Amino acid sequence: MTTKSRLHIAVFLAPAVLVYTAVMIWPLFNTLRLALYTSGEEGRVFSGLMNFRTLFGDPRWSESFWNALGNNFWFFIVHMLVQNPIGVALAAILSHPRLRFAALYRSAIFIPTILSFVIVGFAWKLILSPIWGIAPSMLDAVGLKSLFAPWLGKEEYALTTLALISVWQFVGIPMMLIYAALLSIPEEVLEAGEIDGITGASAFWKIKLPLILPSIGIISILTFVGNFNAFDLIYAAQGALAGPDYSTDILGTFLYRTFFGFQLQLGDPHMGSTIATAMFAIILAGVCLYLFAIQTRMRRYQF
Amino acid sequence: MNKARQNPLNSFAAHAALITWTVIALFPVVVILINSFKTRKAIFREPLALPSADSFSTIGYETVMKQGDFFLYFQNSFIVTVASLFFILLFGAMAAFALSEYRFRGNTLMGLYLALGIMIPIRIGTVAILELMVQTGLVNTLWALILVYTAQGLPLAVFILSEFMRQVSDDLKNAGRIDGMSEYAIFFKLVLPLVRPAMATVAVFNMIPIWNDLWFPLILAPGEETKTLTLGSQVFIGQFVTDWNAVLSALSLAILPVLVLYVIFSRQLIRGITSGAVK
Amino acid sequence: MTQKKLTGLLLATTVLGSAVAASAQDVTLTIESWRNDDLSIWQDKIIPAFEAANPGIKVQFTPSAPAEYNAALNSKLDAGTAGDLITCRPFDASLALYDGGKLADLSDLEAMANFSDVAKSAWQTDDGSATFCVPMASVIHGFIYNKDAFAELGIEVPATEADFFAALDKIKEDGTYIPMAMGTNDQWEAATMGYNNIGPNYWKGEEGRLALIRGEQKLTDEAWVAPYRQLARWGAYLGDGYEAQTYPDSQNLFTLGRAAIYPAGSWEISGFNSLVDFEMGAFYPPVQAAGDECYISDHTDIAIGLNAASPNADAARTFLNWVGSAEFATLYANALPGFFSLNSAPVAMEDPLAQEFVSWRDKCNSTIRSTYQILSRGTPNLETETWNASVNAIKGTETPEAAGARLQEGLASWYEPQQ
Repeated sequence: MTTKSRLHIAVFLAPAVLVYTAVMIWPLFNTLRLALYTSGEEGRVFSGLMNFRTLFGDPRWSESFWNALGNNFWFFIVHMLVQNPIGVALAAILSHPRLRFAALYRSAIFIPTILSFVIVGFAWKLILSPIWGIAPSMLDAVGLKSLFAPWLGKEEYALTTLALISVWQFVGIPMMLIYAALLSIPEEVLEAGEIDGITGASAFWKIKLPLILPSIGIISILTFVGNFNAFDLIYAAQGALAGPDYSTDILGTFLYRTFFGFQLQLGDPHMGSTIATAMFAIILAGVCLYLFAIQTRMRRYQF
Repeated sequence: MNKARQNPLNSFAAHAALITWTVIALFPVVVILINSFKTRKAIFREPLALPSADSFSTIGYETVMKQGDFFLYFQNSFIVTVASLFFILLFGAMAAFALSEYRFRGNTLMGLYLALGIMIPIRIGTVAILELMVQTGLVNTLWALILVYTAQGLPLAVFILSEFMRQVSDDLKNAGRIDGMSEYAIFFKLVLPLVRPAMATVAVFNMIPIWNDLWFPLILAPGEETKTLTLGSQVFIGQFVTDWNAVLSALSLAILPVLVLYVIFSRQLIRGITSGAVK
Repeated sequence: MTQKKLTGLLLATTVLGSAVAASAQDVTLTIESWRNDDLSIWQDKIIPAFEAANPGIKVQFTPSAPAEYNAALNSKLDAGTAGDLITCRPFDASLALYDGGKLADLSDLEAMANFSDVAKSAWQTDDGSATFCVPMASVIHGFIYNKDAFAELGIEVPATEADFFAALDKIKEDGTYIPMAMGTNDQWEAATMGYNNIGPNYWKGEEGRLALIRGEQKLTDEAWVAPYRQLARWGAYLGDGYEAQTYPDSQNLFTLGRAAIYPAGSWEISGFNSLVDFEMGAFYPPVQAAGDECYISDHTDIAIGLNAASPNADAARTFLNWVGSAEFATLYANALPGFFSLNSAPVAMEDPLAQEFVSWRDKCNSTIRSTYQILSRGTPNLETETWNASVNAIKGTETPEAAGARLQEGLASWYEPQQ
């Protein structure tokens, strides 16, 4: 096999690489290049790393950047702590071989994931709205009215509230991936465990969980990449200013505001690209960490 | 089978947990749907009540239907979504197979290269993409959207599919090679059927952002003939939105088609998952 | 098999799409706009009137959502796919397009003679040498109120600030109505319908605005801090949970008759007319003491210009001349009551509420929003910061003095006359 022509490798790779390079990589890097320029009196001037010095050195820029990065980490942590465990738990329950209505549950739970951000933002703003009164009256019904607050309007709650809405929307994705992984565990493995007396919850912890660890790894990195690129939900719910008082500003909204401009603020492709490059570096670092450190180790355990 | 795996108490707890989350998942959708059939006053007076003889109204739907050719918009969205998914799955699976099956120099680098795209928000490349479409004469055609979405979907597809393809047993493929199958036949006849669950998963994940995208239809294909459903219904979510009847109806109408699409794909998805599990 | 069918289908759609575009023999002009709410008015009233008078020219109105308008338009202009006619935001957003060669110079357009220098100022170069958009309308700020509610509670239209807060107290005490419908979730209302609505009375309209631009006044001066002080008192009169109340929430609260006063812009009139079942009135921002001169924000808001790359420049100029005519002014002002014509020719309006708003032009001194001209050119952006500061003032999370100091520091960081 090794002596055969290796042309087929190129054939397999070519269509994806061509389309992807022409329509995605080239436009993106052509834009990121702008980070090295500023707009001067007569057009574009090469300025080296000056934009990065502005972004990290000028307190007006750096404060916004660190604020957005910090918020983004919190957004990610909420997803890791809430979305992924719930997703795994739902998948574990669903994969139970004798469960009735499994298909129905699975479809229903996945529905929020297929909704557009516009719908999600609108629906939750309605429900949480102090004016419309759905959330307050529901809390009232169980005698907890005093717990109600205009969450989306309060600096201290808004980001967590939005992160939880995002969890609500996307929990179907880890659920489906884990579900597929659980179903592909060979029956013999489980039966062998049963013979050794490992059943029920301990079968999940001792047999299934180690086997689905690679899938959990994929979910974690997908969550990471997705969260650090997130934009739409915050934009749909709070607008480009990510209020109140920038408390829900994440890297995506900060980038959009800077790159395309906002209201009277004109778009600045140079600083915008600088922020995008910084985001790119953060995400790339995370992905490399996953690919080279975590994934290789996990593989070793797998067999 | 073992009895320990069907304890009635466990089963009750399982259903309770699933029902709880199902209610949470569907509640906002139900709120939008029931209110889209109510008069404006009733929407505000009793947002949780079902439409009654008194409060029932389809005024919102009438307003929406008067604006624009929603059937054409739906058709456009459908063509774009299905075509993009087809190319994502075909090209993505081919590339994933090359990466997971063959050892060649630059394999890891190629894998990383194909993942770069999801690390930069594609919106910032808008002007460059638009210029490319202008040069190739694809502006205001559905092809422009299909190309962008295909490129956009490939990284995730390659990423997920190559993970799954690594798990396909080597014995099977080597047996095929001994039987004289070409590498292409091994890919299409042996490997592809085995990764169907993963393919369905990729399809569902990619379908959602494509169907719901507002930005690229607005930039690349804003013409009346190529308008997508999301762009068409956006007319109602504008600057001075007060017509909540129309907004809620437009949102409900936007939910329906993607729901239908999902049901179609989820059949495939489940069939794929189960067939994969049986092996 | 499915692939072939699909490709065929796709090909057919593409070919069909281009065939439709090519078959049009008339010149077709496309208008880029953020006013998607006006779609039916353009389609049913304005465009037919123009097309009837100008056979051979077809016009298409293709609005996008306001939030995406600037970003989408700039991308399309950069790549050369934007429409022939561009709806212009006031001041810097459009000036940047003109400076970038995207908008054509329209100084020599005949219809420009129909507009005063003040009307044109929002779409001119800083030295006034070139005008690049034909002014369409301005919007006036003030307060719309529920006449039935005022009558029921025996409240007179307030003329002074003391009257205003007395009225708010009375409504609050009674409890039937929320005194004022405004939220801070979307932020811009606090600045636009709050700060820039009541502010001109303090900084004396144009006098203060121009002094700020010249660097003779500072945002830490009493005239610029005092409006925040008034806003800080508003918080107590807004509805429960106003922090999460959105702009549509506020509109609905008022039009459903649950709130008595709505800090407004005149653009609300046409929308509100179709939604309310009570009588509406309007009053201009109450002055500090009886007898003080009053100032209103009469803001040049919308205009229309020519894409410099348009292949149909002649037809587009014909259209622009028509937009500058008295005919268009009457048509537009009556189709959209609350968007007041900037044309020098007097325009007869039928809507009583619109008449009320426009009558203030005779009683009070007009100015435009303080942050729009020149002052929002740098980073940090003064307009955006004003949104933020106004919200903070209402919520009481920042003192008026601290907000003024923060804004002044930000402005001085890039604006030379303030350094």
